[in-house]
Amino acid sequence: MSTQKYPIKLEVNGEWHTLQVAAQHSLLQVLRDQLNLTGTKECCDEGECGACTVLLNGRSVTSCLILAVEVDGSSITTIEGLGQGDQLDPLQESFLEHGAVQCGFCIPGIIMSGKYLLKKNPKPTYEEVQEGLAGNLCRCAGYGQIIEAVLSTAEKAGEAQS
Amino acid sequence: MSTFQYYRPQRFEELWQLMVEYNNAFSLLAGGTDLLVRLRKGRTNSRALIDIKGLQELHGGIQEINGGLRVGALALMGDLVDDARMQQHFPALVEAMKWVGSTQIRNRATLTGNICNASPAADTAPALLVYGARVNILGSLGERTLSLEDFFLAPGRSALNPHEIVQSIDLSYPETPNGSSFLRLTRRRGFDLATVSVACLLIPEAGRIRFGLGAVAPTPLLVIDGSGVLTQTESAQVAKESALAKLAERATPISDVRASKEYRQAMLFALMSKAQHIASERLNQSRS
Repeated sequence: MSTQKYPIKLEVNGEWHTLQVAAQHSLLQVLRDQLNLTGTKECCDEGECGACTVLLNGRSVTSCLILAVEVDGSSITTIEGLGQGDQLDPLQESFLEHGAVQCGFCIPGIIMSGKYLLKKNPKPTYEEVQEGLAGNLCRCAGYGQIIEAVLSTAEKAGEAQS
Repeated sequence: MSTFQYYRPQRFEELWQLMVEYNNAFSLLAGGTDLLVRLRKGRTNSRALIDIKGLQELHGGIQEINGGLRVGALALMGDLVDDARMQQHFPALVEAMKWVGSTQIRNRATLTGNICNASPAADTAPALLVYGARVNILGSLGERTLSLEDFFLAPGRSALNPHEIVQSIDLSYPETPNGSSFLRLTRRRGFDLATVSVACLLIPEAGRIRFGLGAVAPTPLLVIDGSGVLTQTESAQVAKESALAKLAERATPISDVRASKEYRQAMLFALMSKAQHIASERLNQSRS
């Protein structure tokens, strides 16, 4: 019973994969161990820290609390799916400019939460960014720069549009 | 994590069969935000996970029904919080849902899942109780509807029979004008469970006030005062306090890791007064 594998298909960062997964494998485990996408971090394994945040069909979720088998057929975006080649995503650039990355462990998850926040709300207030990132913990505690980096990305996108 | 079989039935017939086959050793999987943590910590004896997301009938989302809204079993808290009709008619419930986890959790967690766990501290239960939520249940033998009050039996135990599931939750728009609010006391904002939570719905023209109380009894509790004392601005302060105290006495809190019984009793009264105050301020704002 324990060795039974389930076939699933996942579209990860625009590419379809056919995989065999055990029922108890989380989406996080499959991304990291089978697809070698180790940008998504494993930390609390309880959905509390946000380090494993990815976009599932466009919505931010904690991939540690999702079984790979239950998202068969879904589309996933991980931190590796942002930017193109050497070109970083504007939000990633902004994190560098603002010195928002300290040890860096929480940053992939925070950037995915930031992407989701800006997609839903392109002009967030400071408080809305705080609320939008409330599910991501940074134990270096550099929240000020992180929030500035998200706000500045929103401002630049707004300027580019006008 | 312990091992288990995974099933994703597409038809209710398959669901009922699986439920019979695994007797009580299965868990139903919707959002999984609570279940997966329990599985990983070995806190369930489930040999099978039955994923109900393959059942199209449960994907109803948020539908308008006669005089209210019907929330499908798989409706996500994230969608409910963003829904303009929910915000307009059921603001205390929207506030309560915003307390649940984080954006990522609400993008996965369902409102129905929150009540099916039948936790006395479920964040959404007090608000659902004041709005008079009804639970539509489907089983192999047919359908039935229960008030949410009758749905909660004991800590962790709902009125669902072994071969039944919740199909949707119905909410009727409350009489207008009204004012409602939700307050939650917790040791820290974020992931801790409620120490005490209170929802309040004030309907002045009916002279009625309803309170939903969380984490102060074996189940979430609904208490109602229809005397008008608590809805009339001209009532004497002492009369109001005594009416409120009488409602608060219905709670039977226990001491646990989060707080003592005495602290809960004291805070319950304070939160009820405050919730009533906020609800009545909102009522006045909506009138002006």
